[in-house]
Amino acid sequence: MNNKIKTITFTGIFTALAIILAYVELLIPPLFPSLPGIKMGLPNIIIVFLLYRKDATSAIFVSLIRILLVTMLFSNAMAFLYSLAGAVLSLLIMILLRKLNLLSVVGVSIAGAVAHNIGQILMAMLLLDSSELGFYLIALVFSGIIAGVFVGLCGALLIKKFPSKLH
Amino acid sequence: MEKQKTTNKRHLRNDIILVAVLLLFAIACGIYLFFFRATGDAVKVTVNGKPYATYSLSENREVNIYTGNNKQLNRLIVKDGKAFIETATCPDKICAEHRAIFRDGESIVCLPNRVVVTVIKSDKTDAPDAVT
Repeated sequence: MNNKIKTITFTGIFTALAIILAYVELLIPPLFPSLPGIKMGLPNIIIVFLLYRKDATSAIFVSLIRILLVTMLFSNAMAFLYSLAGAVLSLLIMILLRKLNLLSVVGVSIAGAVAHNIGQILMAMLLLDSSELGFYLIALVFSGIIAGVFVGLCGALLIKKFPSKLH
Repeated sequence: MEKQKTTNKRHLRNDIILVAVLLLFAIACGIYLFFFRATGDAVKVTVNGKPYATYSLSENREVNIYTGNNKQLNRLIVKDGKAFIETATCPDKICAEHRAIFRDGESIVCLPNRVVVTVIKSDKTDAPDAVT
């Protein structure tokens, strides 16, 4: 029982943090207005942290609840599908890489960011029935690497500040 | 401690390999798209994933693409062999800011109105106004 309460509390706190980061990100004016989808991906700091200091389950929960709530608060149904596709692919890749222990926190974050962008492109291809989004993919791979490095460094800093796993 | 150090080194090396592979992939895509793609000769417009119309790039024209029960509009301009969206009623106006397209396979996407304009290479440019 005690454990259950703890899990709920932790998930709640981290989801709240992720939502706040998503909101902060909305306040930052887009760097390239003509290329939507290029953003820092600040909520991913929380997801990366959870992967290293809690477990994959809580990362999945926080990510999905975060997307649902952020969509209801600030966005629309179409954006929800894009976010969801990105998040699912990104989570899968990051959980896998975390388990394999091949990369550093920054590497996992880069892979996650790029996977997120590729997931969105795949969803766009599916929804728009257009396979011609190739140009977009290049821009999103580049931006994914840069965003991934930044988010990964933030995540690594946080992980260092909390040396032991959260129980 | 020593073990941690070697692990960190290995991680860093793998990180660099990951970034290098991703960059190579992006650059390869870029080279392919920019150099090996011929100029197209027509634009295909799809709305909601369904074909809407095809227009030849060889003659200048202005087309209004109405979507969403005629409430939404994307104004497509074909000029000097290139196509671009001049104005749009969608909230983000990303399609209107997109540069003119002319290479085979290039596209302008308007996500809110679900309009996609793609350059194609067609053999039947004799029916440029055909609404499919």
